[in-house]
Amino acid sequence: MLLIECPWCGPREESEFHCGGEAHIVRPLHPEQLSDPEWADYLFMRSNPKGPHRERWVHEAGCGRWFNVERDTVTHEITAVYRMGGPPPNPSAAPGRKR
Amino acid sequence: MTDAPFRLPSGGRIDRGSPVSFSFDGERYTGYAGDTVASALLAHGVRLVGRSFKYHRPRGVVTDGVEEPNALVQLGIGASGEPNARATQVEIHDGLAAASQNRWPSLGFDAGAVNGLLSALIPAGFYYKTFMWPGRWWMKYEYFIRRAAGLGRAPTGPDPDTYDKSWAHCDVLVVGAGPSGLAATHAAGRTGARVLLVDERPEPGGHLPGTSQSIDDAPAEEWVSAMVSDLAAMEEVRILPRATALGYYDHNYLTVLERRTDHLPYRERRGRVRQRLWKVRAKQVVLATGAHERPLVFRNNDRPGVMLASAARSYVNRYAVRPGTSAVVFTNNDTAYDPALDLADAGLRVVLADVRTGLSDARRSQLRRRGIELLAGHAITDVRGAKAVTGVSVAALNSSASAYAGGHRKIRCDLVCMSGGWNPAIHLFSQSGGRLAFDEARGAFVPGEARPAQFSAGGCNGTGALAFALSEGREAGKAAAAACGFRKRGGTPLPKVDVVEETPIRLLWTVPSRHLGRRLDKHFVDFQNDVTAADIALAAREGYRSVEHLKRYTTTGMGTDQGKTSNVNALAILSETLGADIAATGTTTFRPPYVPATFGALAGRDVGELSDPVRTTPMHQWHVEQGAAFEDVGQWKRPWYYPRDGESMREAVDRECLAARGSVGILDASTLGRIDVQGPDAAEFLDRIYTNGWKRLAVGRCRYGLMCTEDGMVFDDGVTLRLGEHRFLVHTTSGNAARVLAWMEEWLQTEWPDLDVYCNSVTEQLATASISGPFARQLLTELTTDVELGRDAFPFMSWRDGHVAGLPARVARVSFTGESSFEVSVPSGYGLSLWTALMHSGQRYGITPYGTEAMHVLRAERGFIIAGQDTDGTVTPIDLGMEWIVSRSKDFIGKRSLGRADTTRAERKQLVGLLTDDPEEVLPEGGQIVDTVTKPPMRMIGHVTSSYFSANLGRSIALALVRGGRDRHGEPVMVPLERAVVPARITEPRFFDPEGKRAHG
Amino acid sequence: MRYSIFSLARNAFGHHEGWPAAWRSPEPKQSYDVVIVGGGGHGLATAYYLAALHGIRDVAVIEKGWLGGGNTGRNTTIIRSNYLWDESAHLYEHSLKLYEGLSRELNFNIMLSQRGVLNLAHNLHDLRELSRRVNAIRLNGIDSEVLTPVQIKAMVPILDTSPDVRYPVLGASLQRRGGVARHDAVAWGFARGADARGVDVIQNCEVTGIRQRNGAVEGVETSRGYIRARKVGVVVAGHASVLAAMAGFRLPIESHPLQALVSEPIKPIHHSVVMSNAVHVYVSQSDKGELVIGAGIDGYDSYAQRGSFPVIEDQMGALVELFPIFSRLKMLRHWAGIVDTCPDASPIISKTPVKHLYFNCGWGTGGFKATPGSGWVFAHTIAHDAPHALNAAFTLDRFSTGALIDEHGAAAVAH
Repeated sequence: MLLIECPWCGPREESEFHCGGEAHIVRPLHPEQLSDPEWADYLFMRSNPKGPHRERWVHEAGCGRWFNVERDTVTHEITAVYRMGGPPPNPSAAPGRKR
Repeated sequence: MTDAPFRLPSGGRIDRGSPVSFSFDGERYTGYAGDTVASALLAHGVRLVGRSFKYHRPRGVVTDGVEEPNALVQLGIGASGEPNARATQVEIHDGLAAASQNRWPSLGFDAGAVNGLLSALIPAGFYYKTFMWPGRWWMKYEYFIRRAAGLGRAPTGPDPDTYDKSWAHCDVLVVGAGPSGLAATHAAGRTGARVLLVDERPEPGGHLPGTSQSIDDAPAEEWVSAMVSDLAAMEEVRILPRATALGYYDHNYLTVLERRTDHLPYRERRGRVRQRLWKVRAKQVVLATGAHERPLVFRNNDRPGVMLASAARSYVNRYAVRPGTSAVVFTNNDTAYDPALDLADAGLRVVLADVRTGLSDARRSQLRRRGIELLAGHAITDVRGAKAVTGVSVAALNSSASAYAGGHRKIRCDLVCMSGGWNPAIHLFSQSGGRLAFDEARGAFVPGEARPAQFSAGGCNGTGALAFALSEGREAGKAAAAACGFRKRGGTPLPKVDVVEETPIRLLWTVPSRHLGRRLDKHFVDFQNDVTAADIALAAREGYRSVEHLKRYTTTGMGTDQGKTSNVNALAILSETLGADIAATGTTTFRPPYVPATFGALAGRDVGELSDPVRTTPMHQWHVEQGAAFEDVGQWKRPWYYPRDGESMREAVDRECLAARGSVGILDASTLGRIDVQGPDAAEFLDRIYTNGWKRLAVGRCRYGLMCTEDGMVFDDGVTLRLGEHRFLVHTTSGNAARVLAWMEEWLQTEWPDLDVYCNSVTEQLATASISGPFARQLLTELTTDVELGRDAFPFMSWRDGHVAGLPARVARVSFTGESSFEVSVPSGYGLSLWTALMHSGQRYGITPYGTEAMHVLRAERGFIIAGQDTDGTVTPIDLGMEWIVSRSKDFIGKRSLGRADTTRAERKQLVGLLTDDPEEVLPEGGQIVDTVTKPPMRMIGHVTSSYFSANLGRSIALALVRGGRDRHGEPVMVPLERAVVPARITEPRFFDPEGKRAHG
Repeated sequence: MRYSIFSLARNAFGHHEGWPAAWRSPEPKQSYDVVIVGGGGHGLATAYYLAALHGIRDVAVIEKGWLGGGNTGRNTTIIRSNYLWDESAHLYEHSLKLYEGLSRELNFNIMLSQRGVLNLAHNLHDLRELSRRVNAIRLNGIDSEVLTPVQIKAMVPILDTSPDVRYPVLGASLQRRGGVARHDAVAWGFARGADARGVDVIQNCEVTGIRQRNGAVEGVETSRGYIRARKVGVVVAGHASVLAAMAGFRLPIESHPLQALVSEPIKPIHHSVVMSNAVHVYVSQSDKGELVIGAGIDGYDSYAQRGSFPVIEDQMGALVELFPIFSRLKMLRHWAGIVDTCPDASPIISKTPVKHLYFNCGWGTGGFKATPGSGWVFAHTIAHDAPHALNAAFTLDRFSTGALIDEHGAAAVAH
């Protein structure tokens, strides 16, 4: 079970959180201008990397806040926790790159 | 009382002042407090304790602990029974009843032993090669195979015991209270760090009490006692005995199972928690889990009376039991020498066969002093005896250990002690994600690269010598505490331990048979599952060359002992067969738990009424008193219908439906989800969440809304009240409230943080009674003075605040029944008052409480959908015929998806009504609809989503989703059921008051 | 050597030293007509059917670890075809029919045990959905029936069907032809069958790149060198996205841990497969006597074959609630696989943006039961460069058109 550092509450057990999947997927500003495949890309396609991954979590059973986590999908090591809308840290650890 | 024949007159950790009486296979035995079932039986000379899984071979005790493959017993009877308990760990107590397993009719005479005679026909994996003929007969064969399956028996009733769980947060968790673990705990504890020490045994010390080891020139137990009393004085140190670390998960999260009552007599268990699952989160972890001795693989090495050398030593020293009278110790390393000495000191005649030749003088002279005959360069080539060892054959090995140099000598004995070296207990290390390394010299896997914040010390780190184990433990404890920020100058000096010069181990993975060149028959590698060296060679020959293939093909390591004694031997034999390095052949994976763990303890208190919270409304007790039948809706208990004496469900629902349209009906609508949405951007926010627009909704008015997921599918619906310029009260379906709130929060926080909006659940804050029917207004008029109820003053789809029955209330003119209807909401504490007031005043109008079933019928008569029943995550608003609610002028979640090729298809399934040709016939919900009945597979065009008998209409009605259904009104369809085909006709999905006038009335 | 009771008896005299390898362990050739990436059940089945039905024998199956070492060897071995949507029902039913003849076809006993699969309903919503499913399945020509609590009790006496539990059992669907099979044997049987037909089964060989030219696949880079291929079929479950990234596109897939566990072996007491979506657990008992238990996925993306413990705890609560007599039994092992979950809980068996590169993925939690069917349609898709009617709907394209086959949406959302 992961130990996740909520930016507002501090380290808490994973069971207090819910994972919201890949982070930094921005909803298109003008969906009507997108083709069906472009819309599908936003809606369904995911990078699902093996290695460093940026994802959204919500402290469901705590403060209720969403935030971003950078976590390795192989070791489960959490390398960064940052607020929603904040810039991703560790630019070198580009998601999708194999470890 | 005369003592058991094999009990030594003195010594051991047993309490001779506390005799204990127990039974095994119905026979009564006595032992002492401190005995295990295994030690007590050995004290009585009982050798045969079980039968193996496949061949039903007679088996005895092999170990003195957790790794025991053979001595599994059934404990207790009936509902409180427990199968597959390890006799080597079960502490005896008065009244304990143990029984052997997997034998019929008796342990001594087991019919299953016929399998042993057939063993030539049933090598590893035989079942993959046969039972295929004739076709589909496998299940007939399987019937017999299943009869032979399993070991012990499941209890016969619900568990009478309770379990619980506890969290522990500590700086340092030390696993194992052997010498390294005690040293680590002491070193960490004295810095002031919070240390938790867990240990599977009843008392600390690890293997030390089972040895005759000295520390600081005194028996090791004295050192253990001194450590324990030091630790007891440290405030932040806690020791949990009988607590086994099961699993080591991410981020230093470990599970520990504490056995709290299993060792107590039954009368002392009552009212106490049987086992507790500890969930430990540690900043640093010190693994001091020790090592398991390895058996040697030789012919008939499974006879009862063949045991590990360390185990035999432990029975002598810890339990004061002579495990035999005459022993042959068989070893490839030095660690069997001390056991041999202790056995001799306990009065056994001992011969020691060592496959090595260049032994140290120190060792030789130790043996000489006890009169132990040493057979250097010798191996046991066979073990005689059936239900007990009667003797062995030994012979001298040639220099390459491939053949025997001389003749075979028979030695009579009743005990064979073996030592093939040691396997560090790296289970937890491996589970945590640490990499294993293979130590060629010792022939063992040892910890390699570890995950962060973790140390291994002592036996589990591959360190055999006590002196080093102690210093490793101390250093690990110090370093772990330091990593948590706890330091203290100085330290306890390391105790003095004698070190004997060691001769290196000579790895001999299989001991050749007496008849060289012959097969390796019945050289057991996995005792429990009857896997032999020949089975492993067979697997390798057939291409099952990965360790995992080997395990799965032969079942080695898959027993209740999880391969603790067998895995490395099996892997080594596989490597030898393949001619490859062990390291290259691979490592086994260690899957948690370290020992089998009680399901009940893992479930904890999350069973019975605590398995999921029950949510009830403030009026719940009233419904119960009225004898309502309840329906589970999510966690809610909702009244389903209110049967009167002798009424069937149908009669009750008909009566309730007629009342709601004919006089006045009352529904407890408190379970509806309610979300208070506030902020300057609240209307903009709802515009994005809902398919329809909200900005122009006037304060004081209500509007029905539909929300979609981003892929355009209907997700939830409900009525929203505009409470103020910047405030809305959103209603959701009862089962979906939490999801909708989470949905709103997610969009607000992650996508639109610029919107100034706040959402809060107020479901539990309000109680709501919905009254419906021609007398609803009249009834309400009687109970309020400050809410103007006239049709024009209080139009449909608006709300007013005021008082009802003297209670502060909000009244909304909304209708899910299609009748003139008022929803009265009060703070939840007043819910029951409101309800009883309405019931009291409503008597003269014939007020009738109605449940969810009548509500469903009434809304279906009007064609109102229920999200989740008439929709299923594949239905768009357009499919429901609700284009009117889909805004063209603004974007909303899911809008873009409505324009895709598939969502604009004409042939989509659309909501329609269905009327059966026979008005009395009620279609089953979930019935599938076809145009024509053919042989299967039939072309299905839709299904019935809602279906009822409508008392108001005097006939059955149904809603359905039908392909292209909107253009097919009037057309006939069929609903083929299991025993009949029901003809029906597609209609408009509205059956009653199609213009919707009554709600405005 | 043909496997039979006679060959067993014959070999008994030779102390079983005469058995040949079930498959060769060849060095990879420089080129193949078809390279299948992934030596799990699905990949091996694909290779087998390419050779057995389509005459394409110049095939290599490339596996980075050991055969059947992924989800094939980690699942709860349940086989059924009681799916709601026509497309799914036909695909899984085809698979079940192949399973029914598989031991004999492969001359390898996969121990298909059709002991019946029950899906429990615990509330009125469940009952409604159950009836919808049973009706649809039945009209698709697949066996399916509804059981009352009394009938359930008769079939599974140890199940707590009393009305006073938190979520009482109100009914169940039963597919009698459903059951379990020996998962490893399915992989081994297909490997042996494929090998016998000339397929090279290559273990410990990891694909590190997919070479393409002019939008068409040319071959695969591997840890054992470059291998040319006219066509490449990728069927790597949890690693699908990784391989897709090598080929330059993304998939609608997330990889999640799916955990399972077994109890210690006990004498048989549970003869069918019981599944409950509402309280979330499923359980059968193996021929060795172990209870085999599964539940839902962990919520986060992972390639670690390791899940979180609370999932196990929830599962145990549900299990003991349904089967109170299991409380004192013990968990022997728990583990996880990496499952490739699709938004609509249906697989993708499809051509891709790269010519002659085919993907078979997205099976999520339900791949084992589909193994032969999946290989069968994938072999057809590769051989003909066009899907078979059975997998025509399971394209990658459906995520653009919106024609999802939403198997879990249909089970979700209570009112």
